[in-house]
Amino acid sequence: MNARTTNRQQFTGSMRLLHWLMAALVLAMLGIGIAMVASLGDYHRLVSIHRPLGILILILVVIRFVNRCLSSLPPFPATMSPQERFAAHASEVLLYTLLLVEPLVGWGMLSAARYPIVLFGSLHLFPILPHSVTLYAVLRRTHTFLAYLLFLAFVAHFGAVLFHTLFVRDGMLSRMAPWRARAR
Amino acid sequence: MANQNAKTTNENGELLNETAPMEKHSAPLTAGNMFARLAGIGCLLLGVVGAFLYLGGWFSPQKLTPARFVDEFERVSGIHSGFRHNHAKGVSVRGFFDSNGQGTRLSKAVVFQNGRVPVIGRFSLGGGDPHVPDALSTVRGLGLQFSLPDGEQWRTAMINLPVFPFKDPQAFYDNLVASQLDPNTHQPDPAKGTAFLASHPETARALTIIKSHAPSSGFDNTAYYSLNAFRFVNADGASTYVRWTLTPVQPYETGTGASQNKDFLFDGLIASIQQHPLQWHLVMTVAQPGDPTDNATIPWPEGREQVDVGTLTLDSVESEETSPARDINFDPLVLPAGMAPSNDPLLSARSAVYSQSFTRRAGETKEPSEITPSEVRK
Repeated sequence: MNARTTNRQQFTGSMRLLHWLMAALVLAMLGIGIAMVASLGDYHRLVSIHRPLGILILILVVIRFVNRCLSSLPPFPATMSPQERFAAHASEVLLYTLLLVEPLVGWGMLSAARYPIVLFGSLHLFPILPHSVTLYAVLRRTHTFLAYLLFLAFVAHFGAVLFHTLFVRDGMLSRMAPWRARAR
Repeated sequence: MANQNAKTTNENGELLNETAPMEKHSAPLTAGNMFARLAGIGCLLLGVVGAFLYLGGWFSPQKLTPARFVDEFERVSGIHSGFRHNHAKGVSVRGFFDSNGQGTRLSKAVVFQNGRVPVIGRFSLGGGDPHVPDALSTVRGLGLQFSLPDGEQWRTAMINLPVFPFKDPQAFYDNLVASQLDPNTHQPDPAKGTAFLASHPETARALTIIKSHAPSSGFDNTAYYSLNAFRFVNADGASTYVRWTLTPVQPYETGTGASQNKDFLFDGLIASIQQHPLQWHLVMTVAQPGDPTDNATIPWPEGREQVDVGTLTLDSVESEETSPARDINFDPLVLPAGMAPSNDPLLSARSAVYSQSFTRRAGETKEPSEITPSEVRK
């Protein structure tokens, strides 16, 4: 990811806004996803939210990626070892990739099954893959696998930030905090 | 702690300023404090994972889920690779729906505007055995998919019973469990059936209504019912609850059922549709306030307004093996704008269980259908 780095200690306002907005949406999405597949009574209601929310996340992650490429990034804290920096960078690549691929797999699997991909009312999306129930079956399993992977990546990210913020106490959270960090 | 001012480059060869924020007033942590912080972090992470698993039903193994529903179908009927878990035996049909425009008063759905839309469908027999011998008393199903000109779809799965025997998913499931064949007698345990009816008086009442309608001789002269209520919304935004019926144009004949071959219902349908197109009127029954919309075991009172919204014509028949209808999930909640579910708990459950069944069979090898392409052609 090619971006300039500066002396700023915090991500830009637009990056922080997109981060927290997507954090809320993605967490809601993971909860809705795992709840709906185990639900009878709420299944329809949850699926009806799941589809448009997934497309919203797909749009947001594209905007976010472009925004990230155009933004200047704060440096890593000095408390991070080279290994930690590598892990942080790799997990960022993984999260961006999953946030892009998971909605596309969802859209693709509904396309392959020729389910109508309804967003709201009569608004629906066109299919992006040929009609094949075999392909649907593969993508449906992939969708679940990627959802669990996304959840694990989130837990690792959350754990790492908590560890740095509460244990190492290097102010890691303030880099992405929704509020403006105090000058140091 | 002092900030370091070491300059390095990142993996892209860019200059990185390593000046990093540090808590300026962070006194060293005591061992107890360190432990407490680590424990706190651990608790937060466990809480997140626990909440996620809780939502997924991991801590409620007795909860009825779509997967457990389909598991029970597989226990009762066995696994038949590539087939539906219920209404497994079937044949595909095609035709069209001519709307007369009367339905627009009830729903803004494009399907009810004057005009014709193509329809693909599937006649079926209830139960999970794709090779079950036809019987007059077996539930007959008709799944339809209407393809609307704006790209929307309406799918519906109807049966020939005027009311449904089960009021909610749990009752359906409990009956499924009670109907499991005894491995020794190869019959369901009658005591379990009696116990089920004793604890489900609504099922007993529904069965009385069902038994008062003698099944017709074939698929073609049967009425099919939506069973569940749906909420229609018209262009003015007004909501109406409806149930619908496909009323056959073909005259009713009582079935005899004597000395019939294994596929007599399907053979009769094929012969009939090859002679002349089959037709049904799509009739909406409009609820009055107070009519139950959440309980498909209870019929609505006689004399409710009936609106004939158009005619369904089915003019060709095809084996499932060659028809795209095999790969359609006739999910009753694939609805166009202007049609919405009622508060009937069966609807969401049907959607969830059909989806689970569809996903499983989509990944299975397809085996030959009972009604083969050559049987349709002969």
